[in-house]
Amino acid sequence: MLFKLGSLLMTPGAKLALLVFAIVFPFLASNEYQVYVMASAFVWAIAVYGLNIITGFCGQLNLAHGGFFAIGAYTLGLLTADAGWSFWPAFVAALLVTAVLGFFVGIVSLRLKEHYFAIFTLCVGFIIYLLIDKWEELTHGPIGVRDIAEPYGFGLVDFTETTPFYYLVLAFLVFAIWFMGRLSRSLLGRTFIAIRNGDELAQSLGINLMRNKVLAFVLSTTYAGLAGALYAGMVRFIGPEEANIVHTFDMITYLLVGGIGTITGPLLGTVGIVWITQSLQFLEEYRMIIFGPLLVLLVIFFPRGITGSFLTWMHRKAQAFVPEKKRSESKVTTTQTREAENNA
Amino acid sequence: MNLFLQQVINGLTLGSIYGLVALGLTLVYGILHIPNFAHGALYMVGAFMSYFFMVDLGVHYWLAMAGSAAVIAILGILCERLVFHPLRHSPPIHDKIAAIGILLFLEALVQMFWGSDFRRMSSPFTGIMNFDGLIIPEQRLLIIVGAFVLVFALQMFLRKTMTGATIIAMAQSREGAFLVGIDANRVAMMTFAISGALAAVAATLYAPINLVYPAMGHLVIMKAFVIIILGGMGSIPGAIAGGMIIGFAEAFGGFYISTAYKDIIAFGLLVLILSIRPQGLFAKGAH
Repeated sequence: MLFKLGSLLMTPGAKLALLVFAIVFPFLASNEYQVYVMASAFVWAIAVYGLNIITGFCGQLNLAHGGFFAIGAYTLGLLTADAGWSFWPAFVAALLVTAVLGFFVGIVSLRLKEHYFAIFTLCVGFIIYLLIDKWEELTHGPIGVRDIAEPYGFGLVDFTETTPFYYLVLAFLVFAIWFMGRLSRSLLGRTFIAIRNGDELAQSLGINLMRNKVLAFVLSTTYAGLAGALYAGMVRFIGPEEANIVHTFDMITYLLVGGIGTITGPLLGTVGIVWITQSLQFLEEYRMIIFGPLLVLLVIFFPRGITGSFLTWMHRKAQAFVPEKKRSESKVTTTQTREAENNA
Repeated sequence: MNLFLQQVINGLTLGSIYGLVALGLTLVYGILHIPNFAHGALYMVGAFMSYFFMVDLGVHYWLAMAGSAAVIAILGILCERLVFHPLRHSPPIHDKIAAIGILLFLEALVQMFWGSDFRRMSSPFTGIMNFDGLIIPEQRLLIIVGAFVLVFALQMFLRKTMTGATIIAMAQSREGAFLVGIDANRVAMMTFAISGALAAVAATLYAPINLVYPAMGHLVIMKAFVIIILGGMGSIPGAIAGGMIIGFAEAFGGFYISTAYKDIIAFGLLVLILSIRPQGLFAKGAH
């Protein structure tokens, strides 16, 4: 129901308008830096969509997400800078590595009940950080990785330029969102949502809990790896800070502000906050003073974020126009929305 | 042999600190079912409050510790009232996100006031005792003794006083506690206050042999989570025993295996335990 509503709000026209805006953005931007900022916002958005799959759809708070982002970045960085690979093979390798690691972490962590999953992934995230920081023979430790290869365009385009790189990221983002939209409407996506609504309930419907949860987790970490690899190709210098737990918290904020479990929410939340923090540069150091209370206020007052709250509000408005005698029929949908709301 | 005994002392010191922090975490979890990710921030703010009282106001170490414990207890109560109480009926994921929000806020706040520099905090106990070649700094001895005294005092409070009994009652059965008319709000606030005070005292005890900086709570809180999973979520003896296990594992692992990787030992242990027993080592615990 929730997602039907979502597609109602995000009519093909509205989606097209967003896409057209994204395509013409480099021409609207007053300088290259703005294009760069937008590209980085898109990179983060891809990672946030990954978080949305496991946290939004399956209801499991994954605190290792930033760690997988860093693994994607480091796989690409080390393969190109140290092993001499070129960009695209290393890029594919980064996706594979994060997917495989996600598989193993998923198998262990998703058997855990209640809060154990969050605590476990918190520790996994920290192990990733410590390994990157301490395993100097492999990762160069605190010095970080320099001279990471840039994506090449097979002689057709030059992705080292900001604007072509922007379109490259945009293409990946569009694919990521399209894939997630398909996922949410597919049987698999509905299975994930059934899992969020209750393990036992899902199991009683004959859903293989473990297999689906692990699948969701692997998809989620692959998204993170994809974003991490793009990030490494963009900034070309990475350090242990990439695995800092703060990045995971950032992504949770983006997801929550946008609307957890929605399709457009992660994009709006990420792009919105990245731009706000960019334009308030002086806040950069202390942005957590705002983010922290924002997170608290959101979970208390708007647990479904901007998009989610807007959808509910739209639905209520729509209800007001339904003639009296038809209202009894649509009451069912209202309770269903409420349920979806409570579970989100 | 002396080197071995030295590691025993180190293990006891670390274990005492971890145990105290984990104790506060496990109390809140056992009674209110909140995995308080902000607990590490309370620990960190506790260290900074002591630093503030001692260095900026020039108060004596003991007074600074008491002052810090009082401030953090109030901070704990504020967290409960303003954040966790309104979220009582929300899905469990919201508690966790809100706790992360508190953590981010407190860290940023401390960083704003004191910057991200590492600070040194001295204590009046700088002496070193030498037992036939076995060297024990006074501060380490203070940590060990202090932790044991605190745990004993907490046990006495929980077992012998009426207020303590209400806390135990709520940990054992929420519904039962409500039936006999126990004020859940009061117990919740009390639990957060005790938890915060324990974190502040642990931080003040440990700060003189470590450093004071805004990110100091990260590792400690994660180890505290490992400890309460090890010892059974909500179990007080479990928190002490788990603290000692992690403290010793780290002291000996750091000495005999590798200093660089000593922090990973605790987390590796957790991964191992949860792979084998997804419900934790002692699943039942206190409730």
